[in-house]
Amino acid sequence: MYDIKELFEATSVQNAVELRLAHPQALILAGGSDILIQMREGRLAGRELLSIYGLDELRGVTLEEDGTIRIGSLTSFTHVTQDPIVQKYINVLGQAVDMIGGPQIRNIGTIGGNTCNGVTSADSASTLFAWDAMIELTGNEGTRRVPISEFYIKAGVVDVRSDELQTAILIPKESYEGYQGHYIKYAMRNAMDIATSGCSVNVKLSEDKKTIEDVRIAYGVQGPTPLRAVVAEGLGRKKEISLDLIKQISEAVIEDIKPRDSWRASKALRQHIAVEMAHRCLIEAIKLSGGEV
Amino acid sequence: MAQYKLVKCTINGKETETMVDVRASLTDMLRNDYRLTSVKKGCEVGECGACNVIIDGECFNSCIYLAIWAEGKKIQTLESLLGPGGELADIQQAFIDEAAVQCGFCTPGFIMTAVQLLETRKEYTREELRKHLAGNLCRCTGYENILNAVEKTMLRRLGKL
Repeated sequence: MYDIKELFEATSVQNAVELRLAHPQALILAGGSDILIQMREGRLAGRELLSIYGLDELRGVTLEEDGTIRIGSLTSFTHVTQDPIVQKYINVLGQAVDMIGGPQIRNIGTIGGNTCNGVTSADSASTLFAWDAMIELTGNEGTRRVPISEFYIKAGVVDVRSDELQTAILIPKESYEGYQGHYIKYAMRNAMDIATSGCSVNVKLSEDKKTIEDVRIAYGVQGPTPLRAVVAEGLGRKKEISLDLIKQISEAVIEDIKPRDSWRASKALRQHIAVEMAHRCLIEAIKLSGGEV
Repeated sequence: MAQYKLVKCTINGKETETMVDVRASLTDMLRNDYRLTSVKKGCEVGECGACNVIIDGECFNSCIYLAIWAEGKKIQTLESLLGPGGELADIQQAFIDEAAVQCGFCTPGFIMTAVQLLETRKEYTREELRKHLAGNLCRCTGYENILNAVEKTMLRRLGKL
């Protein structure tokens, strides 16, 4: 039995918004693989919960008319990985969320919950940063869209207002068309582990595959929130592909990242693997794009 | 003040309904209301997989699944594998033959993961099997015999052994 003070079950998105306003203390419960566990641990014991898990309208991946990929916030990690639209256009996202926990966790955990949780280690987050994803929030006055980099305010805090819930994650066409990506999760174990650090890289090559048109490098657990390596990206844009260039970009990420010492890993180790992960991700993403290194 | 809700669902092919406390996990409901004690209470935080059941064809740790979410769902526990004359399923027999059971606490959870896997009728490599079984922990066997049992049952069902 969970120590739940009171539980409200939303019957629709509109109803969830009403319940948000009526019960401001209630925590939004999606799959529960973070909240229920923290409730068991005692950290969230005695709280009110607002379950949105039954809202099937928030499940599934669709392609909108303008080419935007729309991922319903309650889509499970397993369904993200298995989805044909994800596989065709943004396969690295499916690969990244396939490294979360174990099979049962990937069946219950949702991509919306993973991002709303606000933690820097979320495997979906760095990849969504690399894709310049937009977050759709629905509240009393309709929906609004926020770039994912602005959605994360600080560790554990995301931009969800008191009347809102996250309803979708959107990847605009200009963010994914022509790009290929690779993700590396660095952790102690292959399953049931949280990333010591994660790196997601997208590249877009020129038509002759000799030049990097655009590159996006994102990290988890290299700062209090997921982040982009803006300085390093700037070094790579419009440059001819070479091992020297890749080395130069990778080493520059040190200027962008803000890792800390924690019980999981030291700052020095995180810096070391940040460079190495960028290097390997860049090579892999370039190869996936048809380039040669 | 306790809050209750009527939950109707299909458990092991049988339509059922019961009033549950909204604070109950699905493990609580399956064990206490339906006496399905193959569903084990291990870690109760979704790590060990001892409480694993199949819901609408996918594996879930029932300890971190609220009982109220079972409304309208089809749930399958280890008890569903028992034949009419008490016969064991092939996968259960394989666990015995391969000595994949020591204390047995993790076994129902492992077998339900295997059941879902075997129903895909695909041939998995040893490495893929490891990944698919990674959500179940066993402190006795060292996993090798469990992998052997699942692998052999898979090959037998595919007519390759």
